[in-house]
Amino acid sequence: MIAIIDYKAGNLKSVELALNKLGFPCRITHDFEEVLNSDRIIFPGVGAAGKAMEDLRRLGLDDVLGRAFNIGKPILGICLGAQIILNKSEEDDTRCLGLVGGEVRRFPHNLFSKEKERLKVPHMGWNGIHVIKDHPVLEGVMPADEFYFVHSYYPSPASDDCIIATTDHGIVFASVIASGSLIAMQFHPEKSGVPGLRILENFCNWDGLYAE
Amino acid sequence: MLSKRIIPCLDVRDGKTTKGIKFKGNVDIGDPVEMARFYYEEGADEIVFYDITASSDRRDIMIDVVRRVAEEIFIPFSVGGGIRTVEDMRSVLLAGAEKVSVNTAAIDDPEIISSGARAFGSQCIVLGMDVKKVEPSGKTPSGYEMVIQGGRTYTGIDALWWAKKAEGLGAGEICLNSIDADGTQQGYELELTALISENVNIPVIASGGAGNIVHMYDVLTKGKADAALVASVVHYGTYTIKEIKERLDARGVKVRKKWS
Repeated sequence: MIAIIDYKAGNLKSVELALNKLGFPCRITHDFEEVLNSDRIIFPGVGAAGKAMEDLRRLGLDDVLGRAFNIGKPILGICLGAQIILNKSEEDDTRCLGLVGGEVRRFPHNLFSKEKERLKVPHMGWNGIHVIKDHPVLEGVMPADEFYFVHSYYPSPASDDCIIATTDHGIVFASVIASGSLIAMQFHPEKSGVPGLRILENFCNWDGLYAE
Repeated sequence: MLSKRIIPCLDVRDGKTTKGIKFKGNVDIGDPVEMARFYYEEGADEIVFYDITASSDRRDIMIDVVRRVAEEIFIPFSVGGGIRTVEDMRSVLLAGAEKVSVNTAAIDDPEIISSGARAFGSQCIVLGMDVKKVEPSGKTPSGYEMVIQGGRTYTGIDALWWAKKAEGLGAGEICLNSIDADGTQQGYELELTALISENVNIPVIASGGAGNIVHMYDVLTKGKADAALVASVVHYGTYTIKEIKERLDARGVKVRKKWS
């Protein structure tokens, strides 16, 4: 059973519907035991880092995520879930889970593309990813595939070793991060059409092993 | 680099799609769930539903449509029309929509934008703007005025002021509809679109007036729009979404070209 962690941070329904479509049993839950006993964890979310961390701590889910990570249970972080795995976030100056070293930063104001076009924040819409390292969960992703992003903050890992793919929105940021049995993506695979569903399916079939 | 989005708009009344020409003489053209799936498979980047159901006690029909759409398509979609309260927003979002848009309700009570953004995040809250060109005046210095009731009523609110105000309150995106251009297929209101888009930092979806590829090209370049809403031009088969994207791509506009 796949646990979709419910910490009151946004649209969990679409992750559940995508897994239903793919035929993987899942449950939206914030129950400590249920998350602990699941086969794999999806950790979605939109919303603010401060509130999300507060809710996770209150529910004891920060601890469950840490334990799951330590025993090699497959974990997928999506959007905010790809940010609060790092040490801290500039958003609300929040101390985060620290599963991966690094920080979450805000896109600067006055952001411009290489073509000198003004770029907006939030980074909202479809963008590509540049895959740097192979990962089982990204198997079948093609260079022309695009994914749906909505965010004003971006993950900035301390070490390049955990960066699987990058995306350019005025600055080049880590859009997919992996460490052990954890893979985290800034975009929403559940809202990224067929290429996104392919990633979710890969995750649901992944054993959590990854040779870094 | 972000792609410019092509977004089909489906007007829904009593659970069926229609396409209004200047908000009058609507004709039924199909089932919203089927049409959404069709556009999803054709490469639409997002879908906008606008509920024009007149009576509020029939809103459950729309919630059911939203639920069925969410089971079928895996791209973002928004729902507008008849959203008056944070509870209305919640029921649409819980049914599986990614975004809700507010228009008249926000003019009546701007606080709905901030309450919605606090409850669900700014990325969920789209400000729908219906705008008419007017003589610049003290009240409307930009020369564009907010209108309601399909353009029949002027509000006295300046469109540029309102866009900035709504951004400050926490709107995450603007869907900007020119009532003058709506339904004409004579092109988007480029001047208005550029004015709003250049003065806010949130994405702007241009709406009203799409008749051909040049119109779309113009609004995504000169008009500085982040996305183009299309209705008649795709509903009546002038172009497929795929053709629109191929032709924009040939003109050098960055669009999402692969979706399978």
